[in-house]
Amino acid sequence: MDTLVHFFQSIPYDQIVIQTMNGIVTGMILALVASGLTLIFGIMDVVNFAHGELFMLGAYVGVIVLVATGSFWMALVLASLVVAILGAALQIVTLRPLIGRDPLNTILATFGISLILQNYALWQFGPVARKINEPITTHFNLFYLEYPWYRLVIAALSAAIIGSFWLFLKYGKFGVWIRATTQDRVMAQAMGIPVPWVHTGVFAIGAGMAAASGVLFGPLVGVNHAMGLDWVLKAFIVVVVGGMGNLGGSIAAAIFISLLESYASIWMNPSQAVIVSFVVLILTLLFRPTGLFVPTPK
Amino acid sequence: MIKHSNKTYWIGFCVVLALLIVAPLVLPEFWRRFLTEILIWGLLAMSSDILIGYTGMISFGHSAFFGLGMYGAAAALLLVSPPNMWIAIGFGLVAAAIVSLFVAYFSTRLRDIYFAITTLIFSQIFYVIIFTWTEVTGGENGLAFSRPQLSIPGIYSTPFTTETLHWFVLAVVTASYLILRRVTQSPFGMVLQSIRENEPRTRAIGYPVERYKIVAVMLSGLFAGLAGVLYAIQNKFAAPDFVYFLISGETVIFNVMGGIGTLVGPIVGAGFFLMLRELLSRMFGDQFPYLIPLGFIFIAMIIFLPQGLLGFARRWLNR
Repeated sequence: MDTLVHFFQSIPYDQIVIQTMNGIVTGMILALVASGLTLIFGIMDVVNFAHGELFMLGAYVGVIVLVATGSFWMALVLASLVVAILGAALQIVTLRPLIGRDPLNTILATFGISLILQNYALWQFGPVARKINEPITTHFNLFYLEYPWYRLVIAALSAAIIGSFWLFLKYGKFGVWIRATTQDRVMAQAMGIPVPWVHTGVFAIGAGMAAASGVLFGPLVGVNHAMGLDWVLKAFIVVVVGGMGNLGGSIAAAIFISLLESYASIWMNPSQAVIVSFVVLILTLLFRPTGLFVPTPK
Repeated sequence: MIKHSNKTYWIGFCVVLALLIVAPLVLPEFWRRFLTEILIWGLLAMSSDILIGYTGMISFGHSAFFGLGMYGAAAALLLVSPPNMWIAIGFGLVAAAIVSLFVAYFSTRLRDIYFAITTLIFSQIFYVIIFTWTEVTGGENGLAFSRPQLSIPGIYSTPFTTETLHWFVLAVVTASYLILRRVTQSPFGMVLQSIRENEPRTRAIGYPVERYKIVAVMLSGLFAGLAGVLYAIQNKFAAPDFVYFLISGETVIFNVMGGIGTLVGPIVGAGFFLMLRELLSRMFGDQFPYLIPLGFIFIAMIIFLPQGLLGFARRWLNR
C-alpha cells in the first residue's frame, strides 16, 4: 500500500500534461505530412521518398517570403502554392513516364528527387539553420512553464487543413474524382475522369500540405537542409502503423506515436525517444502487419 | 551456342582480372587507392544485387550491414592485440550476420515498398544507437585503429602496402563474386528468381518463400559486412556516417546505374559513380554539390535506361 502511494506520488503529473500538449502539437503536424504521403500512396502506388524534402523546401520558401514581406500568413500560403506547383512539375517530369512500370521504380525516382532537392538546399542556403519568427508571441501559464499559444494555433490549423481536405474529398468535384481513381483506376478512366491529371493534382496537394506543415513547424526548430529525412522517416512509420493508404488511420497513428515519443522524452533524451516509435513499428509488423488503426481484415 | 558464350565469358573474366591485378603496378598512388575503393563499394553494391536484382526486394538498409561489419572489425582490432586481420574479418562477419538476421526476421514479412521502408527504418535504428552510445562506439567521432598485418596464420606475415592491400581486396572481391555467381545459378538462386518473377506462384508450388527470403537477406548482409571490414582495414577508422542512410542510397544508385541482376553491373555502377564524383569535384572544387548532377543522371537512367550501363552495353553488343 505504501509503495503504491509512493508510486502515485512519484508520477510527474505536470510533466505528463505538458508532454501531452507537445505530443498533440507534433502529432497534428505529423498527421498533416503523413496524410499527403498516404494519399499519394493510396492513389498511385508511389512511395514518395521526396516528401520530407518538400516539407523542408516549404519551410525554406516560407523563410524567403517572410523576409521579403514580413507576413507569416502570406509565407504559409505562398510556400504551399509554390511547393504544390513544384510537386506537380516533378510528378509530370519524373513519375508520369514510370506509370505502368514496377512500382519499385517510383521509389528510386523519388529517392533521386530527394537527393537533388536536399543538396540543392544545402548548396543554396548553406548548412546554418534559418529561423522563422513565431507570428503569435503570447504565452499562457502551464504549471512552471510559459506555454506559447502559437503551438496550440499550429495544432488547430493543422486540424483545420486536414478537416477541410476531408470535406473536399467528400464533396468537391475533384475530390470525388480522387476517390473514384483510388477505388478503380481503369473504371474511372472509362467514365471520363482524366486520371493522369488526378495523379498530378494529388501529388501537388500532398506537396502543398507537406510545405504548409514545414512552415508551421519552422518556428519550433530551426529550418535546415537535413530536416526532411527525420520527417519522412516518421511519416513512413506513421503510414505503416496506420495502414498504408488509410487517411484516418494515419492521423490516429501520427498522434499516437507523437504522444508516445513525448512521454518517452520525460525519461530519456529526445534523440533516443525516436527508438520508441521504432519499437512500435516492429511490434506492429509482428502482430498486425496491415496496420494498427484499420479494421481487422475479414 | 551456350558453350561458346561460356568461353567468351571466362576469357572476358580473365582479361578484366588480369588488368585489375596489373593496375596497381602502373597507376599512380592516388588512383591505386581509388581503384581499391571502387572494388570495396562494388562488393557492397554486388551484395545488395542479390536482393534487388535476383529476389526483387529493394533494400534501403544496406548501410546497417556495412557499418556493423566495419564496427565489428574495429572492435576486433581494438580489443585483440596484436591486431589480427582474420579475427577482424570474423568479428565483422559475425556482427553483420546478427544484424542481418534481426533485420531479415522482421522485414521479410513484408513485400515490395514495405520491405524497402522497413529496411530503411532498421538501418536508421542502428544509426541512432551507434551515434548516441558514445562510450562504446565513440559516438560522432567514431573509432580509429591501426591496420593489421597481411598474414597467413602460422606461415607468413607482412605489413600492408597499397599494392598488397589492393591485391588482397581484389582477391576477396573476386572470390565473393564467384561464390555469389555460383549461388545465383544454384537451385537456391533459381528459387530466389522465381520469387522475383511471381511470389504467389512460388509459394503455391510449395517453396517456403519466407525462409528463402531470410536466407537471401542474410547472405546479402554477410557480403555487405565483408565490404565493411575491407573498408575498415583500408581506412583505419569506423564512423557513424557509414551507417547513415546515405550509404544505403548510394548502394542502390550503384546498382541501378550499373545494371541490376548482373552482379558485375553494380561494380561497374560504383566505378561510374565514383569516377563522375571525382571528375565533378576536380572540375568545380570540393564544395560542389556533386549529388545534384548525379541525381539528374540517376533519374534519367531510371526512366530511359532501366537496364543500367551493363544491360545497355549488352543489348548494343548483341545488335
